[in-house]
Amino acid sequence: MSLHEKKIVPLDSRPLASLRKASKRYGKLVALDAIDLEVRAGEVLAVLGANGAGKSTALGLLTGRLGADAGEVELFGSDPRDPATRRGIGVMLQEVSLPDTLRVAEHVRLYSGYYPKPRPLAETLALAGISDIAKRSYAELSGGQQRRVQFAMAICGRTPLLFVDEPTVGLDVESRRNFWRVLRQLRDEGTGIVLTTHYLEEADALADRVVLLAGGRVLAEDTPTGIKSRAAGKRVRARSDIPVAQIEQWPEAGKVQTSEGVVEVRSADVEGLLRRWLAADAALRDLEVRSLNLEEAFLSLTAPNAQAATIATEEFA
Amino acid sequence: MSTTHPLLATMGRPSMLRIYLVEAGYELLRLLRTPAFAAPTLAFPLVFYVMFAIVLPGQWGGFQKATYLLATYGVFGIIGPSLFGFGVGLAMERQQGWLELKRVSPMPTGAYFFAKIVMSLTFALAVLLLLSIAAIGFGGVHISVGTWLLLVATLLLGTLPFCALGLWIGTLVKGQAAVAVVNLIYLPMSVLSGLWMPLFVFPAVVQKLAVIWPSWHLAQMALGVIGQVEHVRYGLHAGVLLAMTALFLSLAALRLRSN
Repeated sequence: MSLHEKKIVPLDSRPLASLRKASKRYGKLVALDAIDLEVRAGEVLAVLGANGAGKSTALGLLTGRLGADAGEVELFGSDPRDPATRRGIGVMLQEVSLPDTLRVAEHVRLYSGYYPKPRPLAETLALAGISDIAKRSYAELSGGQQRRVQFAMAICGRTPLLFVDEPTVGLDVESRRNFWRVLRQLRDEGTGIVLTTHYLEEADALADRVVLLAGGRVLAEDTPTGIKSRAAGKRVRARSDIPVAQIEQWPEAGKVQTSEGVVEVRSADVEGLLRRWLAADAALRDLEVRSLNLEEAFLSLTAPNAQAATIATEEFA
Repeated sequence: MSTTHPLLATMGRPSMLRIYLVEAGYELLRLLRTPAFAAPTLAFPLVFYVMFAIVLPGQWGGFQKATYLLATYGVFGIIGPSLFGFGVGLAMERQQGWLELKRVSPMPTGAYFFAKIVMSLTFALAVLLLLSIAAIGFGGVHISVGTWLLLVATLLLGTLPFCALGLWIGTLVKGQAAVAVVNLIYLPMSVLSGLWMPLFVFPAVVQKLAVIWPSWHLAQMALGVIGQVEHVRYGLHAGVLLAMTALFLSLAALRLRSN
């Protein structure tokens, strides 16, 4: 397939896009507070955060929709507010509805024309999984089909950088899998991808790097695995004869919970905990050690800040 | 600011001419396929003209009714696509997020406005052709080709202030609300500036106030061109229309910048 012919090799070690100490306010509300962010070629960067954390604002700055109040915004070493700079990016936004009376292929053809070296129309349609509905008018499409058309418009330019904002909202499981497959394929071809999502499972499955935003600041930046381990280590579950009160006293033990006879202990030093627990309880059984999933890590990292953000929003509402 | 990243520098540039033309083509296609826009825009001026100028008998002193109303319904006809196509179009596209998506695309901003102006002019020309066929074919209107061309040119250039007004309205209100606002301006303005019936049938105060409407100034020019009003001060009317265009554009630019 022609997709594999050309590998985009990064000719330059510089990031494709970056924010440096970038700030943005809306009235009194600080949407972004001097944040740093870099996107590199061939990586999927997931930007996560609660509503109001600053995800959309960060994307708005990088795609030239918004201007920063302070700090620097660079896209390909240039200004994203210049349309010529945006020839290097494809964008899929949330909550967009396109003109109803144009047909699917017409929408994609219009957008392809904005780019110097677009994909052939048939290839774009195939990648987005909309070849069979190319002649339908946009109004006739289901919500999921409309999202796929918008995805086609984002990837039609064969750009080195792609922004996808909550791309799989409203997609069924199969479409979502297909979508992930295409994003991985583009990433492997060297495309840099910035993804925001509410589905942490999606970030976990796709992202090479995760940036967690809260209250307009970068709370953590790491690999999904790194974020998970950073949050609160692992969970150890087992049936044990040792009283919970005693386990809670151990230095390696974090939060302890029991349900239906199973004790669950969070621990940052899981090896130490296991050594002590096995030594103390010869009858220990049904032992299970599990990493936190990204969702749990996310919740434990953002919980206090999310609360603060809510209070701040209410004050300014 | 550092130099341009080679990934962008080596991408090349698309044909600007092509982007502008394709944008305009799809804008036209989109509205041609929207009956709620295309049908009234093309049919209303024609229906009114046929009714008032051709079907209803009557004489207005020294005026040739069918010729007089060709000029004024011409003005009425070219305002529709400017206000509805430009104003309502922008308002809808702002609400639907379509404009946001355009703003993060590599489309040059000019292409968006170019497309809307081309669309307004095309629909305006279509309206004028329909009115002319009715007037010359069925209304007994006799005008020379030169005069007709001058009338069409005047009216097409006359879409400018209304495109600017539409643009401003489109930046002020979103979505369907723009339809109401446009109708609230379009219909009273048309009646009060004498586009439906000549101004002399109205009370003196309405006649005096007509100078505030851009449509009155354009109608004076059109009536002058077609020989129904004498001693028209073209420079003055054109100047007022240009000033109004500049005013609406500035107001729209202010709104767009503050968004």
